[in-house]
Amino acid sequence: MKAVEVQELPRVARRAVLERRRGLESIVEPWLRLHSALAYLFLYIPIGVVIIYAFNDSRLVSVWGGFTTHWFGDALRDVTIVRSLENSLLVASMNALLATVFGLGAALALQRVGPRLRLFFNTLIYATLVTPEVVVAMASLIFFVRVGVPLGLPTIIATHVVWNTSVVTLLVRARLAGMDRTLEEASFDLGATPWGTFRQVTLPLLIPAVVAGFLVSITFSFDDFLLSFFVSGPGSTTLPVKIFSMLRFGVSPITNALSAMILAFTLSVVFMAQYLLRQEGRGVRLVRVR
Amino acid sequence: MLRPTTDRAASPSASRWLVLPAGVWYFFFFVIPLSFAFIFSFGHRGAYGGIELGFSFDQYVRLAQPIYSKTFLTTLAMASAGTLGCLILGYPLAYFLATRVHRHKLLMLLLVIIPFWTSFLIRTYGITILINDRGLLNTLLMNLGWVSEPVRLLFTPWGILLGLVYNYLPLMVFPLYVSLERLDKTLLEASKDLGAGRLATFRNITLPLSLPGVIAGLMLVFIPLTGEYVVPQILGGGKILFMGGLITSQFVSTRDWAFGSAAAVSLIVLLLLVITVYMRRLGRRAEDPFA
Repeated sequence: MKAVEVQELPRVARRAVLERRRGLESIVEPWLRLHSALAYLFLYIPIGVVIIYAFNDSRLVSVWGGFTTHWFGDALRDVTIVRSLENSLLVASMNALLATVFGLGAALALQRVGPRLRLFFNTLIYATLVTPEVVVAMASLIFFVRVGVPLGLPTIIATHVVWNTSVVTLLVRARLAGMDRTLEEASFDLGATPWGTFRQVTLPLLIPAVVAGFLVSITFSFDDFLLSFFVSGPGSTTLPVKIFSMLRFGVSPITNALSAMILAFTLSVVFMAQYLLRQEGRGVRLVRVR
Repeated sequence: MLRPTTDRAASPSASRWLVLPAGVWYFFFFVIPLSFAFIFSFGHRGAYGGIELGFSFDQYVRLAQPIYSKTFLTTLAMASAGTLGCLILGYPLAYFLATRVHRHKLLMLLLVIIPFWTSFLIRTYGITILINDRGLLNTLLMNLGWVSEPVRLLFTPWGILLGLVYNYLPLMVFPLYVSLERLDKTLLEASKDLGAGRLATFRNITLPLSLPGVIAGLMLVFIPLTGEYVVPQILGGGKILFMGGLITSQFVSTRDWAFGSAAAVSLIVLLLLVITVYMRRLGRRAEDPFA
């Protein structure tokens, strides 16, 4: 609060009066509205353009030639696209599965470990999130090649799991922090085994965070370019890697159709995650009612 | 039958081992690879690409040469400009969301995140459709008669900057929104009661109190921007080299692992410096919220 110390008040007040006289105050509101409206437009125009031109009946991406849906069929008939789609689905689901199990375990365990190990692990988690992706990608590549691990889908999954384990751990831990511990104690007092308590009390309370983490991991894999680009081998191209090569070697409306389908997929996953996180908010409230 | 209390104390210690899978995974697929990069950065390029281990600072000396230090500076300048652009565009938006929107607040917030969750490549592709010489922006400007020939944006630094701001804007808006939303409203009323107008209140109360959010937003955007690869490749046509591009090219085309590793290590050192300065500025506020 150093900004409004008493000795400063006269100057502050003088400036405020001047601003009022100049009518600056009256411009602020309309400007804020206009700025925000333009910012929203800015956020949505590029995405909207991609989707609209997916229905464009013209080979040229920026000339409108009527409405069509045939680019979608063309995209799905392209064997390399379908192959990369299958790869992406496999990588995404395996990554989400492993990251969720590891992250859930880590979050639960970190409550019980000593402060030193916790600090070490926290540092590791933040390090995985802060290190630029390109650095992790190249480091993973030289590691795999040097050690002699063949590049392919398993190596892509291995690198994706690192980042997503951190995300799941943070999500589950945030949920644990807001959880009512007396429920677990009550379960113990009523004679439940540790496993029984976990299965019947802790896990149901954590489910929203676990599922949200799972879905976030799926969208990560589905969107990740750099890691997949570096550690993919022949035949293990994922969808983003495929799109990147399509963008670099001649764009066609097929790219737009493919993009529109991916957008639809990601958005449905995001809405599911959003819905579950909202349930999570409700869950917290329900539990806190004593 | 009630279990003895010692059992309750014993059970959690068993769950400690659940940290092991994550720990092992981090060790093999994060710690070891990064150590490899660190060790490789002191080596040399092998005769057929690859690596010859050794201990010399040759790669770092090479990195200090003007062509490469220029890439470093370009990255820093573009990342800073992009971060600043996000702040300028994002602050008023976050302020509007936090103080002026009352109905449909969740929806308005969701609308800011959705682009962030859609594919990065596709969003960047959307920008290319928008700003190419015959794109929507130029068609609009020419039809309005504001310009007589297309404004060249694609494959220029300005195009890259636009793409950076576009892709990272949501990351900036969120911490700003949170800090503005949490602001103690009674302070604003006190300021008003003392005779300050809206601008004066904003300058003397809101802005200083939202600084933690500003710093968090700057970090959240700046860190990934320094390693950015996709935007300069697609919107810059690969003509303007970022650190991300320099590192990648050492593996994709030049096959000089030692040099690529040195560039990566330098990038991390640079980021550590930035984060240290940030931690020092934030002081006690930067504690781990979960510990």
